[in-house]
Amino acid sequence: MFGNDITLPHLLIFFPLIAGVITFFIKNDGGVKAWSLLSAIITFIISIASLYYRNNNELSGLAFNYEWLKYMGASFAVSLDGMGRLLTFLTAFSFPVIFIATYRNSYKNLKAFYGLMLLSQAGLMGVFLSSDALLFYFFWELALIPVYFLCSRWGGDKRIHSTFKFFIYTFTGSLLMLIGIIYVYLQTGGTAYSEHSFAMQSFYSVIFIPSQQSWLFWLFFIAFAVKMPIFPFHTWQPDTYEQAPTAVTMVLSGIMVKMGVFGVIRWLLPLFPLAVAKFDNIVIGLSVIGMIYASLIAIKQDDLKRLVAYSSIAHIGLMCAAIFTTKSMALEGVMIQMFSHGINIIGMWIVVDLIEKQLGTRKISQLGGLAHKAPVLTIMLVAIALANIALPLTNAFVGEFMMFGGLFKFSAWYSAIAGLSIILAAVYTLSMVQRVFYGSVNALTETMKEISLNEQLVLGVIVIAIFIGGIYPQPFFELTKDTVAGIITRFK
Amino acid sequence: MNAIILTAVWGIVMMFGGVFFKSKATPKYWAIAGLTLIIIANCLELRSGEPFFNVDVKYMLSFNSFNLTFITVALASTLLFFLLSGRDIEKVGANVSEYFALIFFVLCGVCLAATFNTLLILFLGIEIMSIPLYILTGSDKRNLKSNEASLKYFLMGVFSTGIMLMGIAFLYGGNSEGSFFINNINVGDGKMPAMIAIGMVFIMIAMSFKVSAAPFHFWTPDVYDGAPTVFTSFMATIVKVGGFIAFIRLFENSFGKVHGQWQVLIAIIAAATLFIGNLTAVFQQSVKRMLAYSSIAQAGFMLLAIFALNDTAKEGLILYSAAYSLATIGIFAILIKMPDYTIQGFNGLGKQQPVLAVTATVFLLSLTGIPLTAGFQSKLFMLMAALRYGKQYWLVLFAVLCAAVSAYYYFKIIQAMFFKDADQHLGENTSTALGNDITPAFKLLLMITALLIIVLGVFPSLVTDWLHY
Repeated sequence: MFGNDITLPHLLIFFPLIAGVITFFIKNDGGVKAWSLLSAIITFIISIASLYYRNNNELSGLAFNYEWLKYMGASFAVSLDGMGRLLTFLTAFSFPVIFIATYRNSYKNLKAFYGLMLLSQAGLMGVFLSSDALLFYFFWELALIPVYFLCSRWGGDKRIHSTFKFFIYTFTGSLLMLIGIIYVYLQTGGTAYSEHSFAMQSFYSVIFIPSQQSWLFWLFFIAFAVKMPIFPFHTWQPDTYEQAPTAVTMVLSGIMVKMGVFGVIRWLLPLFPLAVAKFDNIVIGLSVIGMIYASLIAIKQDDLKRLVAYSSIAHIGLMCAAIFTTKSMALEGVMIQMFSHGINIIGMWIVVDLIEKQLGTRKISQLGGLAHKAPVLTIMLVAIALANIALPLTNAFVGEFMMFGGLFKFSAWYSAIAGLSIILAAVYTLSMVQRVFYGSVNALTETMKEISLNEQLVLGVIVIAIFIGGIYPQPFFELTKDTVAGIITRFK
Repeated sequence: MNAIILTAVWGIVMMFGGVFFKSKATPKYWAIAGLTLIIIANCLELRSGEPFFNVDVKYMLSFNSFNLTFITVALASTLLFFLLSGRDIEKVGANVSEYFALIFFVLCGVCLAATFNTLLILFLGIEIMSIPLYILTGSDKRNLKSNEASLKYFLMGVFSTGIMLMGIAFLYGGNSEGSFFINNINVGDGKMPAMIAIGMVFIMIAMSFKVSAAPFHFWTPDVYDGAPTVFTSFMATIVKVGGFIAFIRLFENSFGKVHGQWQVLIAIIAAATLFIGNLTAVFQQSVKRMLAYSSIAQAGFMLLAIFALNDTAKEGLILYSAAYSLATIGIFAILIKMPDYTIQGFNGLGKQQPVLAVTATVFLLSLTGIPLTAGFQSKLFMLMAALRYGKQYWLVLFAVLCAAVSAYYYFKIIQAMFFKDADQHLGENTSTALGNDITPAFKLLLMITALLIIVLGVFPSLVTDWLHY
């Protein structure tokens, strides 16, 4: 279909990259928005093509390998496997949704904003596609830089400080991972030109003794744990989510946190299975603590953005715990939940953004009775909120059910404690819905108007996606079963 | 060989040319033209291995692809420095052609330091490098700070020279055959003989002084701060990496066999340099002083090459020299144009001078070591070299944590440029003061420098492949 020169992974990385660079040079503001939306939609179409392309049973269009730093054994190797397809699809789906939902928002220096957004999309695509450790590290850091500028430039009052905290946390984590990558690299076999190789397959074939695995595990894990974030490394997250402009918060929480989950599945589990088995209790313990802790804090939040941020920590905690059970059921659950969580939380942010844009506040205590004023918004939000609690028929139910199943097989105790977080999620989500949307209308919310058609459309798409995922999750399993099976075999 | 002779000759031409040059701007063009020719001559020698001048040096100099590649990097960085900051050299004082002449003499010293084969030439190289710098540091004659810096630099420099000579004497005395050749030093089979060990430590101290490694770095911030900013830029880059090349060549050829015996010393020096450089830079308010400490911190990273002392380290050191010089020359070229050297002085630069701000960001990201910039590749090489050695992992961990600290102070400038607004009345001053001096050609050169950094960040082999000729 595409020959050997231009493959789908190429298009997924370079199309947003080039589109982003072009954006910087567009003069007209309307043109910038239209161009960004158009290119995001084209990326989405490319991504859909990549989902169907596998039926051709040819790998030629899906993997690419160029000897980039020949004497170092690093190559520009990109490939699409099941998990890669899933997450690139999530990325490609999210950006048009984000752009449409925030289409009416205006920013100073608009072209730079949209340009950086598209660059971050390219970086994210690169992370999910690369099958070379050095290339992975490249994109891992590159995805961070545009987001750093986006948050610091267009965020809230305390943006510079909170974004910088985020940057230093992740940068330190990444550098530790870099040591880990180089150490593993030095143990690999060579290629024709170099002593060692950064290729993923060479990495997978290195066998480490348990003591090496133990410390390498932590070098990698800290980088991923900061990104996800897992309990003691999470302190950057609520501040950053709160301060970032909402469009960027959507990228951060919907897609970027998946980089951490993805990293664990793609690199940590296959490379250090013994260490994973050794430290599983610590990691699952931390994740479960984080889930309960974040849920309890979420109940007390008055700021809608912080509430959603803490609820996100709880959801990610469950994913992390499920991964470390290394049960195939749990991993399949994580796969579908990565996608579902991305969609649901973007839906949540869109609602928060719509409220804030109209009323100028995110404080729950100042809101109330929106259901009378904006019934469509309310219906949409209730559907998204139900997905946030993981009720049956919603997409999150499938994933959470499987993850809890896996966790239960691992240990009934953890599963029981983690199960509390579902109840807590119901408490904070429903009480938020109650306080914001029901109750009596006050002077401020009197001014609320129904949301416009294109906003209804975007939320509608998200709600439909939530129900499709809940009723017919089979395609997701089909897509990712190879990846999961590949990982499980490394634990046997 | 070409570079050594031609830089010396051209230095003399520049010095006497001063009598004939009518305009103040002329020496710059002569210097740029001369340096371009010297680079071409040097590249020809690198490709063919045949110098223009056939001088019998009695094996006191050695030329191989490593030395010559380094000389190319140093000369090319100097050319860039001339192009970017040539106009600012003219502003330092009246004796413009002499400044250029002195810079050419420094280059001659750098070439000697990169090619020496005996301790005598090493000494000559280091001294030829240093003495013109003492003068350049004090070239802003009416400025007390410049005078103080010059005197300080001179006294400290002379002291370290003394230590170095002492070390050389010990090495000579410890050698039964009485030879100055660096390959012939008798390091013994087991433990080093006492005389040699003492001599080596003395030389290590003197070299650490030259590359401003802790705890011999105390002169650096004051001298860098006091010297005219253009010459700080030159000192912090080309001269410093020249010192490093001498350092690694000496320790590889003379003491490579007993690497294990002195390696811990270097590890401690590297860790101390990283720690002091980074930690102190965090607290600086003046960008010039901060860059002085940052140059100490970067020296700490370069010391990892001497710690590891393998092929990756040598390759990496060349790349590091190029990456570090490009970024530092670039950021200094922008700093010189700023009316206010404090971090607040950079506030709002992103709005007033977007080209300057964006290129400065590239330079700072490169110094931090963010992927896609040459700084990342060079740090990667250093870490790879150190890990390949396979011991003392704590040093690598420590270096990485220090690199994370460095993000803090480099990003403070980025934050000031893009996320903070200029003070209103100050802002107008800044934009007018800035506007006068910034030509389209300057902007273009900055962009080319930034582009070079990115190209090297993606294809570091452009530099390292020269080693394989």
